[in-house]
Amino acid sequence: MTTDLAESPAAAKVKPVTILQAINAAIADAMEADEKVVVLGEDVADPEEGGVVGVTKGLSSRFGEHRVRSTPIAEQAIIGTAIGASLVGYKPVAEIMLMNFTTVAMDMIVNHAAKLRFMSGGQTHVPIVIRTMTGTGFSSGGQHCDYLEAWFAHTAGMKVVAPSNPADAYGLMRAAIDDPDPVLYIENLPAYWSGGEGAQPGHVVPLGKARIAREGTDVTIVSYSRVLNEAVAAADAIEAAGFSAEVIDLRTISPWDRETVLASVRKTGRCLVTHEAVTQFGVGAEVAAVLSEELFGTLKRPVARLGAPYAPVPFSKPLEAAYAPDARRIAEAAITLCKQDN
Amino acid sequence: MTSNYAPDAATQLEIYRRVALLKANDERSRKVIKTGRLVMPYYSYRGQEVIPAATMTALEDTDYLVTIYRGIHDMLAKGMPLKDLWAEVAGRVDGTCKGKGGPMHLTYPDKGIMVTTGIVGSSMPIACGLGWGSQLSGDGRIAVATFGDGASNIGAFHESLNLAAVWKLPVIFLCQNNLYGEHTTYEKATSAPRIADRAGSYAIPGVRVDGNDPIEMYAAAREAVARARAGEGPTLIEAMTFRFHGHVFGDADGYMDKAQKAAAVEADPVPRFRARLIAEGIATEEELAAAEAGIEAAIDEAVEFALASPFPELDELTRDVYGVAA
Repeated sequence: MTTDLAESPAAAKVKPVTILQAINAAIADAMEADEKVVVLGEDVADPEEGGVVGVTKGLSSRFGEHRVRSTPIAEQAIIGTAIGASLVGYKPVAEIMLMNFTTVAMDMIVNHAAKLRFMSGGQTHVPIVIRTMTGTGFSSGGQHCDYLEAWFAHTAGMKVVAPSNPADAYGLMRAAIDDPDPVLYIENLPAYWSGGEGAQPGHVVPLGKARIAREGTDVTIVSYSRVLNEAVAAADAIEAAGFSAEVIDLRTISPWDRETVLASVRKTGRCLVTHEAVTQFGVGAEVAAVLSEELFGTLKRPVARLGAPYAPVPFSKPLEAAYAPDARRIAEAAITLCKQDN
Repeated sequence: MTSNYAPDAATQLEIYRRVALLKANDERSRKVIKTGRLVMPYYSYRGQEVIPAATMTALEDTDYLVTIYRGIHDMLAKGMPLKDLWAEVAGRVDGTCKGKGGPMHLTYPDKGIMVTTGIVGSSMPIACGLGWGSQLSGDGRIAVATFGDGASNIGAFHESLNLAAVWKLPVIFLCQNNLYGEHTTYEKATSAPRIADRAGSYAIPGVRVDGNDPIEMYAAAREAVARARAGEGPTLIEAMTFRFHGHVFGDADGYMDKAQKAAAVEADPVPRFRARLIAEGIATEEELAAAEAGIEAAIDEAVEFALASPFPELDELTRDVYGVAA
């Protein structure tokens, strides 16, 4: 757990919004609440249309271009500038347009943002949010839609979140902005326009707390970001096959909520971890390793993983469609797990 | 340009006090490492003392510094206390970073020493952010990024100069051109005859100065400080100097031109500065000798303090990773 904040306020019904709107509202509310919250990145201001898909639309008109600043296409400078401002009291929300572009800023993220607190013996810290979008589905090919979260989760000092729905998108953004450490906030491009229940203004989803998206008894499915919704959809097919799936939305990838996952798998005895990233050395490997360390005698089957194949994201539509896990393949994998334990 | 900002006698003495401190500290560092009492990667700055001594004298304590692995001279000139520094490079709990940063990551925010990076070029993007913070708050502080000539060939340099120029950030890019990037000569690695000329690509002032001349160096720094504080944006200063030793302590510097090095050492800027202060009547031999003795005593005290300080407890291994325990 990374904050003492309770999830608040209690879930009151609010009108449906898209994930894109929820992120926009969270940043706007944070900027309204705290003048130290500033936004920078390529095209983020309104003269540049508030981002390539409009996530930050309206913010510069409302708060001024000094606080919502479009930058050159210069990712090292973007993150370095966010780091520097954060060292002197600001809470920058920096956009790296696409997750693959974080590669250009890895030195700033990994060697500096993640480590300055430790290397300074706690004298300084880097409370920045790095927003970035990714995800297959838009025929973007090999350099525009990778899920690279495992790199950052592997970097001590970074926090990594990946919401799957509008309410969490809002609440995780508010928590990330107020968090004292650098947070990588992963947005799924095709899911931006997915609707869902919105969040009350001020709603906070504490970092490090998973959510049980659906309760079940036979198999635990752990996921996050867009694939979480595929897992929830798969639960119906799993039920039709005679099994009950519990679906856990990690929400925060690092630090992850071991307690919630362990409690669920203690109950079900089976676990499938699924994500859009390449399976090998992915987040699923860490989850599976911890489950085998903690629940070796309890597990009815080895933990299963379902991610992308060990290949770059392909362009050709049928190949791209086969790349990331979908509800059908998640259901098949979960049903196989459930059938195998006798 | 220089006449507007020529240092008066008191300022020159202050610059010399810092120069003498830096030189003595480098000499002591190498000596202590040789005894085996201290083990650390050490990047000697001997020969480059005048640059930070003059530049930091032109700054306020509240201004920011982002420096690099060859940067202990920059930090000491900016006001890092000797005891905190020595305990840190010794890896002790009384070090400014509790021994967790070491010589390449010293940090001391009380004097504006915000980041020390071990990555070539990475001082500059962060200095842009410090400058942006000042611009947002209007507090008038400026940020200085120091770096070597080799760093002017890396992307971060170009991204930072461009951003600082288009945003008119209060940043001084202080290149200490010691003619070697690690083991490779300036000419072999750098296309531009003068790094200062690269400022033209970003439509900002770029000046090359004799970084070993305290008067010229101070004046250039003052000019850049004035521009930054007036909201006129960044300046690139290329301060010419020479690194008297190899890239890292223990490196036999066989790649350095012997005659070039001998000439540079012969023209050592520190005794030259000292002799001029006496010749011009700004200080007496006795006064300077007393100041130098005081510096040696302070270093003695810092070294003994550091080596007597305990190492950090092992629970520091996982502390300060996150702000709130995960």
